[in-house]
Amino acid sequence: MATGIKDKVAILGMGCSKFGERWDASPEDLMVEAYTEALKDAGILPEQIDAAWFSTHMDDVGTGRGGTPMAIALRLPNIGVTRVENFCAGGTEAVRAAVYAVAAGACDIALALGVEKLKDTGYGGLPVATVGTYIPQWYPNAVAPANFAQLASAYRAKHGVAPELLKRAIAHVSVKSHANGAKNPKAHFRQAVTEEQVLKAPIIAEPLGLYDCAGVSDGAAAVIVTRPEIARALGKRGLVTFKALQVAVSNGWEMHSNEWDGSYVHTARIAAKRAYSEAGISKPREEISLTEVHDCFSITELVTMEDLQLSDEGGAVRDVLDGVFDAEGAIPCQIDGGLKCFGHPIGASGIRMLYELYLQLQGRAGARQLPDPRIGLTHNLGGQPSQNVCTVSIVGLE
Amino acid sequence: MSVGIVGYGAYIPRLRLSRKAVVEANAWFAPQSSRGKGTRSMINWDEDSITMAVAAARDCLGAMDRSAVRSVLLASGTLPFAERLNAGVVAGALDLDESAAAFDLTGSQTAGLSGFAQAAALATGSAGPVLLAAADARRTRAASSSELDYGDGAAAFLLGKDRPIAEILAQASITVDFVDHFRLAGEDIDYHWEERWVRDEGIGKIMPRAVAQALGQAGVEAARVDRFIFPSTFAKVDAVLAKKCGISPEAVVANLSDKVGDTGVAHGLLLLAQVLETAAPGQVIVLAQFGSGARVLVLRVTGHIRSFKPRLGVSVWLERGVIENSYVRFLVYKDQLQVERGMRGEQDKKTALTTAYRHRRAILGLVAGRCSVTGQVHYPPSRYSYTRGAPALDTQEPYPLAERLGTVLSWSAEFLSFHLSPPHQYGQIDFDGGGRILMDFTDVAQGDIATGTRVEMVFRVKDTDEVRGFKRYFWKATPVVGQPAAPERT
Repeated sequence: MATGIKDKVAILGMGCSKFGERWDASPEDLMVEAYTEALKDAGILPEQIDAAWFSTHMDDVGTGRGGTPMAIALRLPNIGVTRVENFCAGGTEAVRAAVYAVAAGACDIALALGVEKLKDTGYGGLPVATVGTYIPQWYPNAVAPANFAQLASAYRAKHGVAPELLKRAIAHVSVKSHANGAKNPKAHFRQAVTEEQVLKAPIIAEPLGLYDCAGVSDGAAAVIVTRPEIARALGKRGLVTFKALQVAVSNGWEMHSNEWDGSYVHTARIAAKRAYSEAGISKPREEISLTEVHDCFSITELVTMEDLQLSDEGGAVRDVLDGVFDAEGAIPCQIDGGLKCFGHPIGASGIRMLYELYLQLQGRAGARQLPDPRIGLTHNLGGQPSQNVCTVSIVGLE
Repeated sequence: MSVGIVGYGAYIPRLRLSRKAVVEANAWFAPQSSRGKGTRSMINWDEDSITMAVAAARDCLGAMDRSAVRSVLLASGTLPFAERLNAGVVAGALDLDESAAAFDLTGSQTAGLSGFAQAAALATGSAGPVLLAAADARRTRAASSSELDYGDGAAAFLLGKDRPIAEILAQASITVDFVDHFRLAGEDIDYHWEERWVRDEGIGKIMPRAVAQALGQAGVEAARVDRFIFPSTFAKVDAVLAKKCGISPEAVVANLSDKVGDTGVAHGLLLLAQVLETAAPGQVIVLAQFGSGARVLVLRVTGHIRSFKPRLGVSVWLERGVIENSYVRFLVYKDQLQVERGMRGEQDKKTALTTAYRHRRAILGLVAGRCSVTGQVHYPPSRYSYTRGAPALDTQEPYPLAERLGTVLSWSAEFLSFHLSPPHQYGQIDFDGGGRILMDFTDVAQGDIATGTRVEMVFRVKDTDEVRGFKRYFWKATPVVGQPAAPERT
């Protein structure tokens, strides 16, 4: 019987580039930034890395296909480099591969790196992705904000929430993330915003305004993982280990049957449940110190609090407005600014989430350091609420 | 039993362009202050003659078993494709049996009546009824009088032997190369000769001959004609012609120029569809049309007239108009003016024809797959059915969704993607009886959609591939206004 990965794999080192509109940097430069920091943090030489996984999403701009872009940029010593792509959850998918390789004993030390170069498109927002030859013949030419905005319409209908109240709650989500991002030197957006600014911003996709949408950023993040005993042998103490890493992928039930009500993310609930089980967490609200969730849009973060069982069903509006997920709240969310303000270079985001948990758990988060966090959770979602890839990882101090 | 009309329907696009808006916009260049009255119908950005023909055909066919239809004819002067059978697209959208024959007819304003004659001939030798659709969405030059005169619309007729609501008494035609207007292949816009010549030398001399010939064949005296239809953009020419033919002035049917304009090839049939809505048994109707000669149709309404109603009919489509005051919108939808699309509008819309063919019933006909074990409806159809915990293989049977109503589960209206009627609105639709599709909404204004809104399906242009010159079509959801145009199919 499968025993999971709990405490079988430790983080040896991590790195993360500055996120933002990196007009100065190519994808290769971004990879070098993240990798060099991770290598230094791990205190190892490139030759000690046994295998690598590489996450990048967009084929049409930026980095390119296959494992070679990373192998060449980092001049890796001819090790296996595998590109993984799982929409916006690709970063965590790369981590999963590296973690599994180490947990399986196939590798001693493995590297996962994610990168995205989005600001070479010439316009704001995500590039339009290709989706094969059939889907474009019937499916709307949909964009991410409207896919996620639909959560709001269904959530309002299901829970009887007035549009104004939900709008105010999701505004609070963004106000909080901006306040957090302001303290993060690597974040894309570093200015605080007021609730009034958020409410009055131009509408992108009803009811989401400009500040309800995450930034589209360039960036890279990297993690080097190994078995705890190797980490200790290399002199590491206060190890951050993986407690769980779960992925759930839609099989079309949400989009093709009439059963899903559109107000939550089905796969997030499944991945969370599996992750809590793998990590041995029975009371997430008490046991989770902080979360880094996939706040591509403010409404996503709000419903995710319910999907992760951190709020009761229908209770996230109240919890958000009560500040439960603020920096000073019971379970801070996006203490680094999140996708909203740290930024969202797609292939890197899952690893960026992990980077913040790693710093926080090790007490290295600078001005935004939380007091004594023990367990952190990442929630990295790719696709759209009705059809997606959802990952939940849990890490903690040994 | 002889062939007659067994069903009829129509379609007038929702948008009605204010002529005042046109006249005011063009006043600096071409003062036409006396012409600024009423409206003309105009297509939405995602409509053309094919989509309008489908809408009229659905209005005509209602809930009848479409597998009975043996042929479909499409008459139009604005067929979207020069090569690709346009009527074949209509047949696919109507999910007709593939054994039905399909024909395109074009080339003259009389193409609708030519189609009628051919449909009648086909129906005579067919086991089932024959469908005729006529549609036009003509382009005009800015500040021209045609721009104010024309309208967009469609009509459809079903011809057969079973309980005709109107019998065909006579059909007459005169073919003569009288060129009142022309449009060379590949050109967009009609070129017209002087109105006085067309009126006096053309209509005034050719039409009376044709009408007399038809009435003679029918054995009906002109004075006995109850309804006389002669579509023309020339004021009062219908009344003058009626008088010349000996037809009573009361019989002359108003030509909808105040609200719709002249819908070209479709217009005579559109007016006939309107007349039939209120026709009484025994009435004689004459439909005459001018173009490269003349065509005349003489009908007598039968006692079955009251047993048929189109889904909505001209009278309801007339009521459903929404005034459009933006002349610029009209120019853009008619491809007369290019708006800035932004980089997002550069997306390649190439259609993989192999894929389109494999999935033709799902795409053109909106046919889903219904699992014979669980009854769950899957769109698009798939080999494995969704069944909790136990996906079933190859259990799905074709299940058409186009005539079913649905309810909006979730939606948004966004301003990000390139769209010719912003905001771009789409959402998840749950169909009555099962099935769910994330669909575009069309014929909607901001604020028209909410969770729980009832919607029906309309067949529209999905994308235009401007690089290669191709259009692809799909279904969109539109809010049910009053009586649904798309009722449950039996």
